[in-house]
Amino acid sequence: MAVIRKSSKGGNQKLNTSSLPDIVFMLLFFFMVSTSMKEVTMIVSVTLPKASEVTKIENKSLVSYIYVGEPMQKKKFGSEPRIQLNDSFATVDEIGNYILQERENMKESDRPKMTVSLKADAKIQMGTITDIKQALRKAQALKITYASTRDVKM
Amino acid sequence: MGKSKKETPDLNASSTADIAFLLLVFFLVSTTMNSDTGLARMLPPLDPNQNNSDSPIIKERNIFKVQLNYQNQLLVEDEWMENVDMLRAKAKEFIANPMDLPTLPEKQEKEVEFFGTVRVSKGVISLQNDRGSQYQAYLKVQNELQAAYNELRNELAKVKFGQEFDKCTEEQQKAIKEIYPQKISEAEPKNYKK
Repeated sequence: MAVIRKSSKGGNQKLNTSSLPDIVFMLLFFFMVSTSMKEVTMIVSVTLPKASEVTKIENKSLVSYIYVGEPMQKKKFGSEPRIQLNDSFATVDEIGNYILQERENMKESDRPKMTVSLKADAKIQMGTITDIKQALRKAQALKITYASTRDVKM
Repeated sequence: MGKSKKETPDLNASSTADIAFLLLVFFLVSTTMNSDTGLARMLPPLDPNQNNSDSPIIKERNIFKVQLNYQNQLLVEDEWMENVDMLRAKAKEFIANPMDLPTLPEKQEKEVEFFGTVRVSKGVISLQNDRGSQYQAYLKVQNELQAAYNELRNELAKVKFGQEFDKCTEEQQKAIKEIYPQKISEAEPKNYKK
């Protein structure tokens, strides 16, 4: 009893916050490890189509991306849908080389599992997609994903 | 003597938390947690010496023809379909052929683990689209076809294993996939109308 009264007399006690930085650093490292920085800067605008039966891509290191959509700078590049590979515009003919390059960069054991994710705008016409699909078939990249956002209502 | 006993002065570490918080907030804002989702498909391999004449002939009853034109209108088995939502039921009926109707696909007996001898449908879904159709419309059709397969697999998993397809073990999933193999053929592109 006496002890408690004494301590309460000496002003309000301070909470020990010395472990706070440790906790926050732990969170920080978690976020640094678990998130991936954006791979490329987008130069085409892509609004993904919606689908309800989507599946998750498990291993991101096996995935190569092809972006299709209208250029962001419409005044400079027009509004015709364009293909983006890495950081620049490309034509359908360049897809073959791109796939070869991506395949080179992979571990040999991973190469058969390579997936191409087609990130195309919902409003573009199928002609472009069909051309890309043909190019992918020529490049022997047969595993593809039509990237789409999950929409349960559909 | 007394001086040497004095503690070394502590570094003021109260701002470490603030710095760490600042970094944390930066990472929270700058990174995107979006996981990649999409509809997975296998493209058919390109045969270099392919002619249309020697492509495998599939019986009419084994093909489920889905066509999408440049106005995003749907033609299913040569009939107009007003609403895409009706496609799922029709596709399910085609794949499963529960009544063994002569107009729907044939079945072939096959040994499957857990199930024994099962009659597996030979049906193939053929999807054709025009160059002018919209990507969203095309994907919606793909989605409905996928949904048809998923629902059938789920139903079977519930009857046989008492749980949803996703929760089954790998072997169970493999067996179910053998009974309902996903056969969606994306036909060679054709130019209907430029």
